[in-house]
Amino acid sequence: MKGPLDYLARWPLRLWLAMVGAFLYLPLLALVVFSFNDSRRITVWRGFSLRWYAELFDDGELVAAFGNSLVIAAASTIISLILGTLAALLLWRFRFAGKAPLEALLGLPIVVPEICLGVAFLVFFTAIVPWPTELPWPLNLGAIIIAHATFSFSFVALVVRARLASFDGALAEAARDLGAGEWLIFRDIMVPHMVPGLVAGALLAFTLSLDDFVITFFTSGPDTITFPIKVYSMVRFSVTPAVNAASTLLILLTAGLTALALWLQGADIAKQAA
Amino acid sequence: MTKGQPIIRFEGVTKRYGKVVAVDAVDLEVREGEFFALLGPSGCGKTTLLRMLAGFEVPSEGRILIDGQDVTNVPPNKRPVNMVFQNYAVFPHMSVADNVGYGLKVDGVGGAERARRVEEALALVKLDGLGSRRPDQLSGGQRQRVALARALVKRPRVLLLDEPLSALDAKLREAMRTELCQLQAQVGITFVMVTHDQDEALALADRCAVMNRGLLQQVASPSDLYEFPASRFVADFIGSVNMLEGALVVDEPDHAEVAVAGIDLPVFLDHGVTGAAGTTLWLALRPEKIELHKWAPAPPALGDAPQGRNAVAGTITHVAYLGSESLYEVTLPDGQKLKALRSNLTRWDQEDFALGEQVWLAWHACSPAVLLS
Repeated sequence: MKGPLDYLARWPLRLWLAMVGAFLYLPLLALVVFSFNDSRRITVWRGFSLRWYAELFDDGELVAAFGNSLVIAAASTIISLILGTLAALLLWRFRFAGKAPLEALLGLPIVVPEICLGVAFLVFFTAIVPWPTELPWPLNLGAIIIAHATFSFSFVALVVRARLASFDGALAEAARDLGAGEWLIFRDIMVPHMVPGLVAGALLAFTLSLDDFVITFFTSGPDTITFPIKVYSMVRFSVTPAVNAASTLLILLTAGLTALALWLQGADIAKQAA
Repeated sequence: MTKGQPIIRFEGVTKRYGKVVAVDAVDLEVREGEFFALLGPSGCGKTTLLRMLAGFEVPSEGRILIDGQDVTNVPPNKRPVNMVFQNYAVFPHMSVADNVGYGLKVDGVGGAERARRVEEALALVKLDGLGSRRPDQLSGGQRQRVALARALVKRPRVLLLDEPLSALDAKLREAMRTELCQLQAQVGITFVMVTHDQDEALALADRCAVMNRGLLQQVASPSDLYEFPASRFVADFIGSVNMLEGALVVDEPDHAEVAVAGIDLPVFLDHGVTGAAGTTLWLALRPEKIELHKWAPAPPALGDAPQGRNAVAGTITHVAYLGSESLYEVTLPDGQKLKALRSNLTRWDQEDFALGEQVWLAWHACSPAVLLS
């Protein structure tokens, strides 16, 4: 008997699979490999070296940009985690007029093209509510943090909402029956149930913020450069393997966090299936 | 078996959801220390009644009293009742001991005292030593014990059980029945159970309330429900029954006769009915109360129906062999079908009462239950 996966045993399909994989990942592989190249020229291999990584850490501006990125990611994650969780709870728990439009609006930052959001923030932060740029670090990053929280909170809300859908209302009733009030039910029963969703949502928000370019490009100023923006400007001046090294670090970080988020959700699903 | 004073009282309790009346003007008393069952088909309002007792639903009309205190508007977390939920609702992220101790923790019962009472409660439901297990390491039966211990550890005035045995497999259900009975006797707490399973209610409860479409049909002990049903609904819902519609023809203080279509002579009853001649009524005749004979029955014992009464000939048209007994379907000449249950007294009974055999059915003058509605 042939199952759908048995077709993978045929060589044309295997070849096709290999070509898709190569098409997707060879460029990334080349980038990673050449970040270890002992040459100024980006296209000629001259041997293994870590000098570009060393150079990266000597570049004060790049390190500062990386620091900015981490602070922005952390702050926007915290904000979007709180807002997203509250929005998810609101939509899960209550029925009210305008709930359906609100749910649709919640997904809007995900589907609206980033460039539009970027321009919108540019207009917003220059014409309507100018964010004072002369504030001391890290307060001067406020505009970027707000912009990042605005789109990543939608992701958090969706993930937490999905998690809440599997909550068994009888558990809350049981806690109530045993004497718990609303707050204790929330703290002792709801939050433990939401944890996988919260963690996955937070990792998602962190990753999205860390590697966001378009929206950040429109909201950053000369003193508020983030890591992706800095890499972009390095490319404009000169394409050195240092750019490869910086990109490799970014890939490593985001891939790692995404894998962690997926693993947490997968463990959660496996637990529910068991 | 009569037990103490009323502990729960429903006074004219009605619950409406929009236009649907889930519970309709129920007056009901549950006595201290008894095992009480709310029985009825799904959608009859029994679960709504239980949830109102727990506090999860508020009556649209009427009052609920526990220990003489009006609790109609008291929230669930402030009532002296605890509940065992249908799917147990064991907290998946807490150990067994934390589950059982949760109610005490909420009440502010401190560490050592709490640990002691949790230990006690676990011993009560025979889960000693499993306190550190996680719920996903437990079987369905064990999870139910956790739910029981978790509710009992708070020493409620009343324990509520929502379909407690429905999620267990048949063998385990049987064993848990006995255990629930013993547990109730041991702790002496009033149990109120909701079930759609009549066997469960009859086997466990001291008294049962039968509900249908939001209305209370009858409140009685299991044997009274079975032998003296108050209406056709109750007679039909509890156990199996042959329902004969007839007209009253003779009504004396010491006997009555009812003409039933398809039976030649009127059915003879050994008690008066106190109704006008010609009144339509129903005779509920349980299958096990109908005797099966190969020949016309012999003259009856003293005080029973006169010769030739309460007997009818028919043909066996179906046999369900159940091992210890057999259920026969006998078709009368007019096409009416009666069910008769007969113990398989010898190993050859199956050959004597086979499909297609001509047989006689007979019953005692005291066997049919007379129903006016």
